[in-house]
Amino acid sequence: MPSEAELHLRDRLSKLRSLRLLGGARLSGELERLQRQLERITSGATDDEIWRSVELARHDDRPYTLDYVERLLDDFVELRGDRGLGDDAALVAGLGRFRGRTVALVGHQKGRDARERAERKWGMAHPEGYRKAMRVMELADRHDFPFVSLVDTPGAYPGLAAEQHGQGGAIARAQAAMARLEVPTVACIIGEGGSGGAIALALADRVLMQENAIYSVISPEGCAAILWRDAGEKKKAASAFKPDAAHCLELGVIDAIVAEPPGGAHEDFDEAARLLGEALAEALEELDGTPGDELKRRRRRRFRSIGVYA
Amino acid sequence: MSERIDVSIEHRHAPPPSNGREPNTCPKCDSHYRDDELERHLRVCPHCGHHFPVKARARIMQLVDPDSFVEEASELRSDDPLEFFDLRPYTERLAEAELNTGLGEAMVIGQAAIEEQSCQLAVMDFSFMGGSMGRVVGEKFCRACDSAAERDEPLVSITASGGARMQEGILSLMQLPKTVCAVVDLHDAGVPLISVMAHPTTAGVLASFASLGDVIVAEPGALIVFAGPRVVQETTREKLPADFGLAESNLGLGHVDAIVPRTELRSYIGRLLRLFDHAE
Repeated sequence: MPSEAELHLRDRLSKLRSLRLLGGARLSGELERLQRQLERITSGATDDEIWRSVELARHDDRPYTLDYVERLLDDFVELRGDRGLGDDAALVAGLGRFRGRTVALVGHQKGRDARERAERKWGMAHPEGYRKAMRVMELADRHDFPFVSLVDTPGAYPGLAAEQHGQGGAIARAQAAMARLEVPTVACIIGEGGSGGAIALALADRVLMQENAIYSVISPEGCAAILWRDAGEKKKAASAFKPDAAHCLELGVIDAIVAEPPGGAHEDFDEAARLLGEALAEALEELDGTPGDELKRRRRRRFRSIGVYA
Repeated sequence: MSERIDVSIEHRHAPPPSNGREPNTCPKCDSHYRDDELERHLRVCPHCGHHFPVKARARIMQLVDPDSFVEEASELRSDDPLEFFDLRPYTERLAEAELNTGLGEAMVIGQAAIEEQSCQLAVMDFSFMGGSMGRVVGEKFCRACDSAAERDEPLVSITASGGARMQEGILSLMQLPKTVCAVVDLHDAGVPLISVMAHPTTAGVLASFASLGDVIVAEPGALIVFAGPRVVQETTREKLPADFGLAESNLGLGHVDAIVPRTELRSYIGRLLRLFDHAE
């Protein structure tokens, strides 16, 4: 007689296996690792395991956007400024050669030491950052460059100047700009996928997520403070809203999980970059040859189909 | 930055603290009104002009031509995809909200006519779980866009929301791109979106469809911010101006086209609908 817990797990596994989106998760040579992910789900992630992915996603030594740029792109040229008000160091953008072709890339950048973290605001962008991203999106569209975004932010910057400069509208318009692109777009959550600040760069044809990244509507601390009225209940909050990659895949929010080196991406930057590069290349390859208006149509249909009620 | 309190979404499931006041006592000038007096003045204080909150159905009655409103998708109800349980189960909060408000969700959509101009309406209700946007609100907004495009009639949205609905986790965040894609499709179809921001229009709703109106108007005194004053103060310790995030400061900063008192909203929208009417 199987236990109730076992029945629950079997049910979850069969639901997961039947997910249409898993068909898109063909990461060459990484299927075994994906299978390991699935096994981790079937064994039921405990509160502590979910909290561990929160800690790994925020690990001080985790590779950031520029660490991947250095390892994956040749001839990278950084593009700065929003052509209006300033240059936001919390978000970097530029052009580079990825496996022989020019791509446009934007990503949040947290900063490695105290000084740089202050300057880059922990990857929490102001509207200037999102406007810089929009400018580079439009550039990519004009010149037919694939657009790649790397998401790693606790959230959009919550400050007086950010509000005065139109934070909400900038995030809305960055998403609208992505919905209009007629070039292939791939987003990968490489650390913290925090709320509006993350989705502003993630309305893409393919959405990937590293094994130990998190993607959520609010931070565990923020959620606990509001719903439990106690920021100390952050572990409970995290396990209630399930920000880990396996759950995001299960919910159909992402297309594939990108494996990390054993112990997490911070253990081996080169290997983490190699795995990310493989996944990006594969996603771009899948999108090659699809006409721009068809990419745009499918991208909008995909996001519009989330949460459809019959 | 050890205590990283995020930021974006501030929910208030309960009505704002009344400070022991009667709900019909004006928080600005202390005038007290009977229900019918306040309703007759569109829930605007006749003494000082303070705008009291308006529920979705009352708002629709204030705006549309008599008997012209036909509700759509009223049968949609949220389920509980994450089996979310904080201090209470999400399903219990939903049931309670429906009992208290008589609404199935935090948004009401349908067809209507305003000053004899046909349009589509999407109206939010803050009293249903802080007007938070989960999958049903996202879906209803998208259906309103589709109806508007199909009939080639403008969409008028009226927002009052604390942001995304946390109890639906990442799926609530996905309502931002979902509603944005619906607006972009609407724009491509050449159909106008008129966005009216009532108090409060914040976080996930401001960072998605509400900010994408062809014309954006705000009600006097409405709080229109991505991050609320409490979150900003806790995170940055900045001293905030007294008018932080209010409609009036948003007008000065160029984020909205106009501030329209509720008593003039119907004629203002009517004028816009006539300007956008290219059939003539």
